[in-house]
Amino acid sequence: MKEFRHLENIVTLEYHPDKCVGCGACTTVCPHGVFNQENGKALLADRDGCMECGACALNCPTRAIVVRSGVGCAQAILYGWLSAIPFLRRLFVPDACCS
Amino acid sequence: MADRIGAISVRLGIGRDNYRIAPGLYALGEPGAASPVLVTCNFKLTVDLLRRELAGRALWLLVVETYGINVWCAAGKKSFSTEEIAGRVRAAGLEKVVTHRRLILPQLAAPGVAAQKLRKLCGFSGVFGPVRADDLPAFLDADMHAGPEMRNVEFKLAERLKVALVEVHGARKFMGWILAACFLLALLGPGGFSFAGIAGAGAGAFGVALAGFLTGVFIVPAFLRRIPVRAFAAKGLIAGALMGLLLAAILGRAWPEKTAALMACAAFASWFAMHYTGSTPFTSLSGVDREMRRYMPVQAVLIVFATMFWLAWAWWGDSVTRGL
Ligand code: SF4
Ligand code: SF4
Repeated sequence: MKEFRHLENIVTLEYHPDKCVGCGACTTVCPHGVFNQENGKALLADRDGCMECGACALNCPTRAIVVRSGVGCAQAILYGWLSAIPFLRRLFVPDACCS
Repeated sequence: MADRIGAISVRLGIGRDNYRIAPGLYALGEPGAASPVLVTCNFKLTVDLLRRELAGRALWLLVVETYGINVWCAAGKKSFSTEEIAGRVRAAGLEKVVTHRRLILPQLAAPGVAAQKLRKLCGFSGVFGPVRADDLPAFLDADMHAGPEMRNVEFKLAERLKVALVEVHGARKFMGWILAACFLLALLGPGGFSFAGIAGAGAGAFGVALAGFLTGVFIVPAFLRRIPVRAFAAKGLIAGALMGLLLAAILGRAWPEKTAALMACAAFASWFAMHYTGSTPFTSLSGVDREMRRYMPVQAVLIVFATMFWLAWAWWGDSVTRGL
């Protein structure tokens, strides 16, 4: 998404062109146009546009893409931290969002 | 044919509650053996939307169990998964219902669904459809081709405010605790130890918190692009401080109270703007994590100082204003 941008140079997206077979799946599934296809290979066109959803990595047949995927949701992250604290573990579940 | 359709379809609305419908195969219109099969979640509103957008067409709808959660969130939580789809395909006996071997998947399910693995698991291959349901007719007519404009998510004003309502719902408990905290603090001095005073001071403090809340949940999303910083928490700080200035001018009686209102409003707006990241389709885990580590201490300090200013002024009143 060119219109809205979050922080720069922070995502964990890694692309290894040597493993790419140019199937185009990453370009198809990415909701932010992060990958283009050029000369039979994927091209990492907009790394900072990535939201770490993990769709490309999961759908890449050759594991040319690696990303630590997860939801960019403050509540989920906060509950994740709180649920790591022994006593609070009972009150907070780490996966608390969109429910 | 009609009997078979009747047997497996029109079970819409018999789910466990209003937002959930029973998983399984449904018929839209009067589909046949060559009709396309669309896969979706069992969140009722999504299914309703599909029925509306695809009215007048004949196709199969394979609803998978996502526990009443929408496609995007369910894929993130991996309940909308490759295995779940394969299981539903087998349970519905889809290979006997249609002659082709292709499933149309929602693109936003891709974080949970590996299309290339589907064929091995259930004999059907997956094609990712467009992001938005209203592009589905065009996608079907274009022989299942989606251009880049159908592949990218948008986040228009109406949508930003619609998801803000979800945030309001999610924050109601937290705001209840804040309400209680405001009156408890008012009891400690700012209320002047009279019933009317405590009620007034508590309500005033909660008003500030509420203003910060509304700023973070509605004003920040509405002016998302206009506030010239990237971090949501920082956007909230700026918008909240402006709102706080306004409140201080209207409500505050002396500078310690005005400062307290300003700081508290900024802190609340920042906190809720930060939480709004959960409703946006473009913030990453790493980005939000960084934001929280950076801005939660700022929010905490602001709240502590706001409380101290408020109470100090109540306890020592004019000597504070004169002495400093
Ligand atoms: S993780 Fe998601 S947003 Fe990032 S490049 Fe892959 S598909 Fe696109
Ligand atoms: S999905 Fe993987 S193999 Fe296919 S184009 Fe993208 S990087 Fe290359």
